Amino acid sequence: MGFSMLGPVFKQMFKKPWTNKFPAKYQPSSTTKYLEAVGVGKAKINPPIPTPPNFRGKIKYDKDKCIGCNLCIKVCPCGAIESKPEEKKIKIYLARCCFCSQCNDVCPVKCLSMGDEFLLAGTDPYSKELIVE
Amino acid sequence: MSSEATTKTTYHIPIGPIHPALKEPVHFEFEISGERIIDVDVKLGHVHRAVEWASRKRNPVQILYLAERICGICSYCHPIAFSLAVEAAADIEVPERAEYLRVIQGELERITSHILWAGVAAHEIGFDTVLFLTWEIREKALDLTEYLTGNRVTKGITMIGGVRRDITKDMIPRIQKDLKFFKDNFQKLAHIFLDDKTFKMRSQNCGILTKEDALKLCAVGPTTRASGVKKDVRVDTSYFAYGDLDIDYITPDKLTGKINGDVYDRIITRLLEVKQSIELIEQCIDKMPAGDIVAEPKIPKLLAQLKKVNGEGVGRHEAPRGEVIHYVKLTGEDAPYTWKVRAPTYNNILPWIPMLKGEQIADIPIVAASTDPCMSCTNRVAIVNNGKHYELNKEELHRLSVEKTRRLMR
Repeated sequence: MGFSMLGPVFKQMFKKPWTNKFPAKYQPSSTTKYLEAVGVGKAKINPPIPTPPNFRGKIKYDKDKCIGCNLCIKVCPCGAIESKPEEKKIKIYLARCCFCSQCNDVCPVKCLSMGDEFLLAGTDPYSKELIVE
Repeated sequence: MSSEATTKTTYHIPIGPIHPALKEPVHFEFEISGERIIDVDVKLGHVHRAVEWASRKRNPVQILYLAERICGICSYCHPIAFSLAVEAAADIEVPERAEYLRVIQGELERITSHILWAGVAAHEIGFDTVLFLTWEIREKALDLTEYLTGNRVTKGITMIGGVRRDITKDMIPRIQKDLKFFKDNFQKLAHIFLDDKTFKMRSQNCGILTKEDALKLCAVGPTTRASGVKKDVRVDTSYFAYGDLDIDYITPDKLTGKINGDVYDRIITRLLEVKQSIELIEQCIDKMPAGDIVAEPKIPKLLAQLKKVNGEGVGRHEAPRGEVIHYVKLTGEDAPYTWKVRAPTYNNILPWIPMLKGEQIADIPIVAASTDPCMSCTNRVAIVNNGKHYELNKEELHRLSVEKTRRLMR
């Protein structure tokens, strides 16, 4: 038994790492500054691994198709959807969304679908990126 | 008084609620003589989140996602037990294909949970290389979960009367490839856990739970099966498609020929269950009939149907940690009248006391971890009145319990 771990350890030394170095290969000294640099195109982001098919990410909302039936509000487990009665449309607060895609299932006209986007962290829950309407 | 103080040979050591050795908040009070544990007291209730209360404002479809958040690791067994309870109350018949799909999801969760536990157990005795080895396998299991359900942890696969996502023909090669990976690595894992000297030293004859104690304290799941009690909801009640599958109680004597009820036996039970789960998924893929995956695909219609129901139901499911029971009473309103959850760890906490008595302080983490505790699942009774947190004693709890029974019967 003694040195049975040695084999895997040596193998491990020459193997490609399993993890994907995201968003940068090495930890930047300041993540905010790094992301700002990415925003203006000075630095490049190491892409995340692709999401699988049927992944439940940021909701996509086809406003023209929506008939304002409010069924999605009835089934949303976290109350993330608000009705806009004068327009007969909805407003989704992603900060509250739990990404269960139940609203997608219930929608009679299929105006909602789940996207691939998952980098949704932010400090302001009412920012433009976190509200779908 | 003073003479008693001088002759006192035991010491009280409080551990927790927040302690580096504990992953989740639980409070132990040990009575120690030297290195030996004489007596143990366990206190719970530090992570109460009022999940059941939150259900009073939600309809059954919304509660599915609330139930999912009772526990991150058991994010399938809670909603499925809830939907079993609702199906029992509303007499909904689940299509046969959905029953098989439910077995696949449940067994996949068992593989993920048991392998996670194996890694944590290795970590608790300081064998961190094995932690990374096991979690490499778990990563694959999570990837497969993501492929089948859409997300890694909160699966969102359960629906009352079936499941939400089907397994199509083109998905089967990927599942079989991953199952082969689990099988190959299972041998490696079993070799490390069952033949390694370190594991044997730390786990054999440590934290013994006798069959009598396991029966008396109503332990559930692998904890009780490791003590030789043949108790498994999958075999006992053959819900889902388990009746059609080849399944038997996993007790450690299948491998070693004898039952000790120690930590080593609990490791054996869980590892054999991983193997059993792989085989069950394979059987399901072979036998799965074609057909619908949900009894009522139109959710507004389902909600209207549930709104008419006046009745109660109990859902039992064999979660990775043991039997989980959900009780639901529907009274013709949007939200259920009551919803009660009994998570498996609740039963597996009292067995800690006979397990820990007579052991050394250093054995606490591995013995406690050997039941695979999940505190967040457990915390149900914590009373906060006028900002004062108090505990209930037995008589008062009994009185409240009787009152609640009467209230529910009304």
